Amino acid sequence: MSRAGRTPTTKRAPGAGPLMELVHRRRRGAELYLLVLSLVVGVGAYAAVGLGVNGQVPADLVKHGAWLAALVVAAHVTIRYKAEYADPVVLPIVSALNGLGLAMIHRIDLAPTGHPVGSNFAASQLVWMTLGVLGFITVLTSLRDHRRLQSFTYTAGLAAIVLLLLPLLPGIGKTVNGARIWIHLGPMSFQPGEIAKVLLVIAFAGYLVLHRDALALAGRRVLFVDLPRGRDLGPILAMWLVSLGILVFQNDLGSSLMFFGLFLVMLYVSTERPGWLVVGGVLFAVGAYAGYVTTAHVQARVHGWLDPFGKDSPSYQLVQAMYGMAWGGLTGRGLGQGSPQTTPISWSDFILPSLGEELGLTGVIAIILLYALLVERGLRTALICRDNFGKLVAAGLATVFALQVFVVVGGVTRLIPLTGLTTPFLSQGGSSLVANWVIVALLLRVSDAARRPPPEFSDQPADMDSTQVVMMR
Amino acid sequence: MNRPIRNLAIACLVMFLALMINATYLQYWQAGSLTSLTKHPDNVRVADAAFDEPRGAILVDGRAIAQSIKSSDRYKFLRTYPDGAEYAHITGYFTRTLGLGGIESGENSVLTGDDPSLFVNKVIDLLGNAAPQGGNVTLTINANAQKAAFDGLRALGPRVQGAVVAIEPATGRILAMVSSPSFSPNQLAGHDFTTAKSNYDRLLADPLGPLNNRAIEQTLPPGSTFKLITAAAALSHGYTPNSMVLGGSSLKLPLTTKYLTNENHNSCGPAKITLTRALDVSCNVAFGSIGLKLGAQVLANQAAAFGFGRNDYFHDLDDQLTRLSASEFGTNVDQPGAALSAIGQLNVRATPLQMAMVAAGIANNGEVMQPYLVDEIRSSDLDVIKQIPSKVLTAHAISAAVARELTQMMVSVVQQGTATTAQIPGVQVAGKTGTAQSAPSRPPYAWFVSFAPAESAQVAVAVLIQDANVDRNQISGSGLAAPIAKAVMRAVLKK
Repeated sequence: MSRAGRTPTTKRAPGAGPLMELVHRRRRGAELYLLVLSLVVGVGAYAAVGLGVNGQVPADLVKHGAWLAALVVAAHVTIRYKAEYADPVVLPIVSALNGLGLAMIHRIDLAPTGHPVGSNFAASQLVWMTLGVLGFITVLTSLRDHRRLQSFTYTAGLAAIVLLLLPLLPGIGKTVNGARIWIHLGPMSFQPGEIAKVLLVIAFAGYLVLHRDALALAGRRVLFVDLPRGRDLGPILAMWLVSLGILVFQNDLGSSLMFFGLFLVMLYVSTERPGWLVVGGVLFAVGAYAGYVTTAHVQARVHGWLDPFGKDSPSYQLVQAMYGMAWGGLTGRGLGQGSPQTTPISWSDFILPSLGEELGLTGVIAIILLYALLVERGLRTALICRDNFGKLVAAGLATVFALQVFVVVGGVTRLIPLTGLTTPFLSQGGSSLVANWVIVALLLRVSDAARRPPPEFSDQPADMDSTQVVMMR
Repeated sequence: MNRPIRNLAIACLVMFLALMINATYLQYWQAGSLTSLTKHPDNVRVADAAFDEPRGAILVDGRAIAQSIKSSDRYKFLRTYPDGAEYAHITGYFTRTLGLGGIESGENSVLTGDDPSLFVNKVIDLLGNAAPQGGNVTLTINANAQKAAFDGLRALGPRVQGAVVAIEPATGRILAMVSSPSFSPNQLAGHDFTTAKSNYDRLLADPLGPLNNRAIEQTLPPGSTFKLITAAAALSHGYTPNSMVLGGSSLKLPLTTKYLTNENHNSCGPAKITLTRALDVSCNVAFGSIGLKLGAQVLANQAAAFGFGRNDYFHDLDDQLTRLSASEFGTNVDQPGAALSAIGQLNVRATPLQMAMVAAGIANNGEVMQPYLVDEIRSSDLDVIKQIPSKVLTAHAISAAVARELTQMMVSVVQQGTATTAQIPGVQVAGKTGTAQSAPSRPPYAWFVSFAPAESAQVAVAVLIQDANVDRNQISGSGLAAPIAKAVMRAVLKK
């Protein structure tokens, strides 16, 4: 896939690195073809759900399919006009995941039990997806150059902190399933942490791109690793305290892990100092231990992870998810033919076990591979991006996906202790979906800049985009 | 910054690989165990599916004692137990969320059709596009003997605490196994899960423990029936049936100031009596003195040869609540303790199954067979897929000669000793009564073990009446337990 994305041509820019030697083709036709495939997956799954549960295709199949296709095509057309060099694989991946998620949410809607009666999560999820795609289009249309975001470094950081604190405010904050990460404004409710993660990536990238040289200065050398200087520990300690605060005051283990991990990774990428990983690892271990000792919430999660089948184990949900996935086996029960609704929150945090039950190991591996591919495209964008801010933003956004998928999928399959996070694009949940579409837009914006051919340093004026060409001789 | 990004990519690759390997482990390697109702009975997905599939029957003498009948409610099939309480501890129960018990649990893979031995049949079903059928399980139980045992206990009242085990001595086939009080598995297998749950909770809360299989789960002092083991040890160590042993009414226990007396402080007769006579009248003084002579170790070894100390020879009924308990002789038994142990008191504890095995071992010329309950695995078409062979537990618990002598002594017990109530016209019955003291405040336990016909025995029985709500002085092995054993033997012998 990655090889197909670029074509080795003979155009060379003098002094450029090996990755800049080639010119990327736009590949918008390939994107459209992959999008059609992704729609076949999403709409096909939706039809299969109806067949599996009721023995007939859903009455609103055409409406659902048309809406889904319209959204995806709108996103595609936006890319064609506003980010024509953007990576062609990202949107199809996202479209496939989103379509699959909608189908599974609809499937749980149809289940007779285990779900708030009369709810239609799939329809509301489609509305949220529409908002997400609108956000996607807005970002790509209004933001012509990702580097402009660098000037919002501190604004973004401040906004992220405010958003993270909002749920603690009395009146609008609300505790759902033990975690105080929701706010309610009238009929609307959303998790500000989801938006905060986008802002944090921008803030981290802007901050680190300026301070990376100072942060990269070596201090004491221990066992082949240069540790940072003591006086540079301020930012990481601050981030560590923020993460601990999220854990203690909001009971949100997943977000806490993700924000700290995100900062640590971006710090490492920007400074190229493995020593930061050592410092971060130690801080993580201390924080994790402190969290374990002080909060019953974390203890319950760890115990449920170590001994889910114990007599007094608190992990009914995890056990049900494991039963469901085991029941799915290699090829799954078939869409609409398992009992994913047996697992609480099967449409949100536990949507992957639901898919695992009905699509089997085959489906789960395919989904994990889609995520892996998405992260790979993000990291490749970071690799080929020409400016450091863009590199950091792309690497940070890819890391958000990687960490979030690892934490939630690892949690629901008992690889690591369970922490509540949404599964990107699959889980029912508006804030998460909108935020992830915005993330994808930002990623494509950086990708567009990275893959766009550099200004020609040639005798001939370029026939396209000539206004920007600088004549060198 | 590209080097750290490449490292980051490798780290992400490792993370995603870990997720995929873990998912494979969960959905492939671990899936069999997670979807096994015997290991994870609370997996309602599997239970729901099982309620929709025809499950094989459990058969006794060609008749189903557990079967799935078509149902038209939420599920396609309903599990029913036509004989209810009579076979409850054998069939166990098949429930949605309360787990499985008994043979339903032990032979679950056969009954569902997933057992490897039924693989060929399953493939044929699949190829023929027929719904997969579960296999059937045939038990070693003799329906008449089981009924006699159940009716015998039931005649003492539905709340009587007791158990009956009958074994075919030559093979170890279990011919009857009843525990009382019992329960109706139909009350747990119904499709009204709320009712089933409350029924289950009620059974669990019942102080008499109806779910307990007293035949194998509970060990109690075997009392005088243990004198068979003491006698076996004596005969193997130089005694003969005519050896003169201490009679009289009391035995001074060494190292203490206490005396061992007989039941109700009776006298066994003259100061010296024969070993045969001592067994006839169940003379505590005589067997206490033999215990002192032989020592605790010899008795312990003899008990172990019959299966004491082991719980690994019977697994047919293992489930979430039930396990065979090992019978015990007791450890670190001192000198006076040897006398008490020799008459089945102190720390000696035995299951009814164990005492039936003692009788069966004597009846089978000293060879103790492993008891078993599952006779055949059959396909859904009742073709025999697998016949379970009998196995030897101890080849020479006692020599054949000792077995013959002991048999004669036991025949004498029934003819002119404490167990005349077990006589069957035209059949030589060998038996031994027991009345075990537990605590002064509690009624004694009544035991009876026997086999018949004395030569070439076809059935060995152990009966335990733990508490029958009758007057203390009416409790005796011969009065309460022997008639039940007699009925079971008659059912097997058709006499």
